[in-house]
Amino acid sequence: MLTIRNLHASVEDTEIIRGLDLEVGAGEVHAIMGPNGAGKSTLARVLAGHEDYRVTEGEIRFLGRDLLAMNVEARAREGIFLSFQQPVEIPGVNTAQFMLAAVNAIRAHRGLEPLDGRGFFALAREKLALVGMDPSFLKRNLNEGFSGGEKKRNEIFQMAMLEPRLAVLDETDSGLDVDALRVIARGVESLRAPERSMLVITHHQKLLDHLVPDRVHVLRDGRIVASGGPELARRIDAEGYGWIEEA
Amino acid sequence: MSKPTLPIDDEYRYGFTTDVEQDILPPGLNEDVIRAISRKKEEPDFLLEWRLKAYRAWREMEEPHWAQLRMEPIDYQAISYFAAPRRERVKSMEEVDPMIRETFQKLGIPLEEQKVLAGVAVDAVFDSVSVATTFKEKLAEYGVIFSSFSEAAREHPDLVRKYLGTVVSYRDNFFAALNAAVFSDGSFVYVPPGVRCPIDLSTYFRINALNTGQFERTLIIADEGASVSYLEGCTAPRRDTNQLHAAVVELIARDRATIKYSTVQNWYPGDAEGRGGIYNLVTKRGRVGTDARISWTQVETGSAVTWKYPSCILEGDRAVGEFYSVAVTNHHQQADTGTKMIHLGRDTSSTIISKGISAGQSDNAYRGQVYVGRKARNARNYTQCDSLLIGGGCGAHTFPYIDVHHASATVEHEASTTRIGEDQLFYLRQRGLSTDDAVGMVVNGFAHEVMKELPMEFAVEARKLLGITLEGAVG
Repeated sequence: MLTIRNLHASVEDTEIIRGLDLEVGAGEVHAIMGPNGAGKSTLARVLAGHEDYRVTEGEIRFLGRDLLAMNVEARAREGIFLSFQQPVEIPGVNTAQFMLAAVNAIRAHRGLEPLDGRGFFALAREKLALVGMDPSFLKRNLNEGFSGGEKKRNEIFQMAMLEPRLAVLDETDSGLDVDALRVIARGVESLRAPERSMLVITHHQKLLDHLVPDRVHVLRDGRIVASGGPELARRIDAEGYGWIEEA
Repeated sequence: MSKPTLPIDDEYRYGFTTDVEQDILPPGLNEDVIRAISRKKEEPDFLLEWRLKAYRAWREMEEPHWAQLRMEPIDYQAISYFAAPRRERVKSMEEVDPMIRETFQKLGIPLEEQKVLAGVAVDAVFDSVSVATTFKEKLAEYGVIFSSFSEAAREHPDLVRKYLGTVVSYRDNFFAALNAAVFSDGSFVYVPPGVRCPIDLSTYFRINALNTGQFERTLIIADEGASVSYLEGCTAPRRDTNQLHAAVVELIARDRATIKYSTVQNWYPGDAEGRGGIYNLVTKRGRVGTDARISWTQVETGSAVTWKYPSCILEGDRAVGEFYSVAVTNHHQQADTGTKMIHLGRDTSSTIISKGISAGQSDNAYRGQVYVGRKARNARNYTQCDSLLIGGGCGAHTFPYIDVHHASATVEHEASTTRIGEDQLFYLRQRGLSTDDAVGMVVNGFAHEVMKELPMEFAVEARKLLGITLEGAVG
């Protein structure tokens, strides 16, 4: 699904990612952990194609294709979804209007007929239920005045609507209370599928209690310094990252 | 059922011209030209006299230059003041020149009677002449008069004489005086007392001929307790030279009447280097009686230069004036637009919502005046002016003038300037939208408060138009 080889990426001439290798197979869920400043969010934005991040070396292949040759929207249409750590507010644009445009942009790329209003609302109601959201969310302006928890749910709702092949969840669990975390983790878990991979960036074990990863990687100074199974995340939760450096 | 739509497509797709035989006056302006216009239109004598007075007043006036605009000097003797398709007076739709019918079809304007079932009556003005007015008989059942100005002057001279120039006098300003002298056609609406006009009325203006000016004049009267909603749309062919459009609109909302006037202005804006385009220099004003209301909504996306300030004279007690505006400028376009709210009656209120969007090398200015007179007890105004900048080469300016002569007045003014957010565009693109669609969505969200005031059937097209105008504005 996703192959990253010797990736180097910079922002404003500061190298953040320094020789990263990663292989994610179809249907796998990988967790990326690591201390602040390790480059986790940079990796997420580089995968999404943010123009402020310059790839200086290495390659990324996604479904056999050169991801770095595509712009942001082309990657999204190919099936890359980024759940934002801080979802952006778009005043005056209601969630339904935005979501319908996004769903149909991606459907058009896949050669599907656009959804009409009725088809859209039926689908949206079903997907909203996954994250415990009321249909009235659709009428509200996109992320405007949403609480932190509502914004994160809205991200997972969008993921459910857009059916990505690779979902990158950038600290989707940050700032959530225990109940909200559980709802969101269950929502994400329900979207696990054989043809869908996930890259879950997190600081905390709690999310991974609900969403058990196939692999856990520790990112430090722009490189993966340790990889293992779910037990690695539990040890980090108990002991922090210090022991990895000593190892 | 097909809905009437505004002509919208990527780029300026209505930049085509139509080859019809034109009855055109040679360039130049003098009293003989005015007499010729009046004669061609078979006008009553009072109208000719009024035109001549206006012309004499205009000759004593100077072209105004106080606006935030750069313009090539206008040679008023190089303009032709009358251009008409040759077969002008038509009795039925079938008599309209097929080429003209085709033009309006290309523009998506429903001229044919059956399309009027969609619920909008249309008056279509091609260069100087009103070509056809649909849905007339149906309106006549309600006593509503909706016709070209020329026809109204011939068939309802008393009404025209009673109201013409009572809101915008021919001495009002340089361009209003010029318009009064040479106006060629436009729309006339009269809604009798107590009648709610059963359908939206609309006019399409089209400049076709080269080197002509368009000087239409619209007069709308809602008699006591009447109400009407009116929409105008405008397009013009692509030309390398600037063309002049100097219109006048007068609205009269008598006691307890309501007029809602919506404009989607998409005259040819000139090319990306700023060549050509329409100079859109317009005077629009309404008189608002006791318990009456006038609401102006405008979406201004076209023209090289826009200079217009749709205003309300709130002369009756409890009169209400509203101005909702979206002005978009791209490339080298310039807009200096806003409103005047003149509070004269007691307990009058006004609302001004202005959204300016600038991209490219363009300049966009809001200029507005709130005046509260000595007798206007408890007048209230709320003004909100927001500017959105796209890219680093454009300008946004706000010139509010507040002039209060009664201590009980409440006048609020809020203004903001923001730059389009890179993070907003990244977010939307990450969900699969192209950059242009993302810009269109952010801009429409920014303008939402105004766009929701548009009649529903035009709102969808107006939204698309905003996006199209800004295509390529973010690289």
